[in-house]
Amino acid sequence: MIPQKLDYLKESASQTAGPYVHIGLAPGAAGFEIYKKELGWDIAGPNAKGERIRVEGLVIDAFGSPVKDVLLEAWQANADGVYAHPEHAGEVEEGFRGWGRVITNFETGEWGFDTVKPGRVMGRNGKAMAPHINLWIVARGINVGLNTRVYFSDEEAANAEDPVINLIEWERRRATLIAKRGERDGKPVYRFDVRLQGEDETVFFDI
Amino acid sequence: MASQGEFYQRDRRRHPPALAPDYKTSTSRSPRYSLISLQNSASELTGPVFGHNDIDPIDSDLLHNYAKAGESAIGQRMLLHGRVLDENARPIPNTLVEIWQANAGGRYRHKKDTYLAPIDPNFGGCGRTLTDDEGRYVFHTIKPGPYPWRNWVNDWRPAHIHVSVFGAGFAQRLITQCYFEGDPLIPICPIVQTIPDPQAIEQLTAAMDLNASAPLDMLAYKFDIVLRGRRSTVFANRLEGN
Repeated sequence: MIPQKLDYLKESASQTAGPYVHIGLAPGAAGFEIYKKELGWDIAGPNAKGERIRVEGLVIDAFGSPVKDVLLEAWQANADGVYAHPEHAGEVEEGFRGWGRVITNFETGEWGFDTVKPGRVMGRNGKAMAPHINLWIVARGINVGLNTRVYFSDEEAANAEDPVINLIEWERRRATLIAKRGERDGKPVYRFDVRLQGEDETVFFDI
Repeated sequence: MASQGEFYQRDRRRHPPALAPDYKTSTSRSPRYSLISLQNSASELTGPVFGHNDIDPIDSDLLHNYAKAGESAIGQRMLLHGRVLDENARPIPNTLVEIWQANAGGRYRHKKDTYLAPIDPNFGGCGRTLTDDEGRYVFHTIKPGPYPWRNWVNDWRPAHIHVSVFGAGFAQRLITQCYFEGDPLIPICPIVQTIPDPQAIEQLTAAMDLNASAPLDMLAYKFDIVLRGRRSTVFANRLEGN
């Protein structure tokens, strides 16, 4: 028996962003100026409420070496826990996009971005999620972009009841999602190293 | 716009696995533990929104967007067009499509590319545009050349254009590559062959589209991009947690 055919399309398969991802998504870093405005350099904008923070780190491969050709994108809510998106109820400050794009330094592998600390966003089933920034990581050798979340070490109570952190069965692995708060020049700096493979491999999500 | 539901789960068996040893770089950059599967929350259902203030019309014309006045990029002139659809075959309007590619000789304008083919002074190699109300996009460019890369000793990438698409939610974010009909390097490329499903490779192969070509000007290729579909269930209340 041959049933009726479902007429869904299939998602296009992912391919690696390759070593020259900068040409397309951050041409200034590839070594040339072409666009009047490159996108993703200012996540929060000048009017955003909340605490100004910096998030930075390395992406580390199986051998413990920093990966130096990575592009990361951040997606976050504002300090009130509102995403700048028509389907999310609430208002964001003028100029707040909540999205950013950074690349690693070609020599050191360090990446970092300035933003505001996001507020709590309501999750599924009425359970509030702890403040977090969604990260998407692409590079040569990464076949499908990797999704993870940056949580904050000074949000212990909220992290303890976060429904996503609690989905991770192994408590030790949960720690890979917690950025450690420090300070530089009086400004809060969170450290978030991503380990692609090996000991303490970062938790990646299938979203 | 009516609120839409969660995304259909990503068919991970159609995408390349993280570890694909014939593409050597994936060996040390591939997670070994299983991904943790999440049901969508607002963090995945929402994503950045772009508008016409973010880009310029010239950005989609790679023949001229880096060329000196009165000049243009060298190579086979090409119109690349298609639609961005979801798995329900619904168009995705107003979404950002970004592309990047090598020049006609197979050389990238990138400080890390040392291939001996020359840089074209009139070709930058990147473009971007927003889809229209019916999900359509158009780029004017040149057909990129194949080029050698270090994997095995004699590996060559088929001619390809890198394509980045956003969709409506962060869970739809996708980077892929567009190949071209008839290229003999497609079946032997270790990066193409990370994709386990031959039909999924066909889906990444643009067809020569004579009808869309501009006579006496440029040949066209058609490349449709499909992002994840969404359930039609009204989900707004659950999104807000009521």
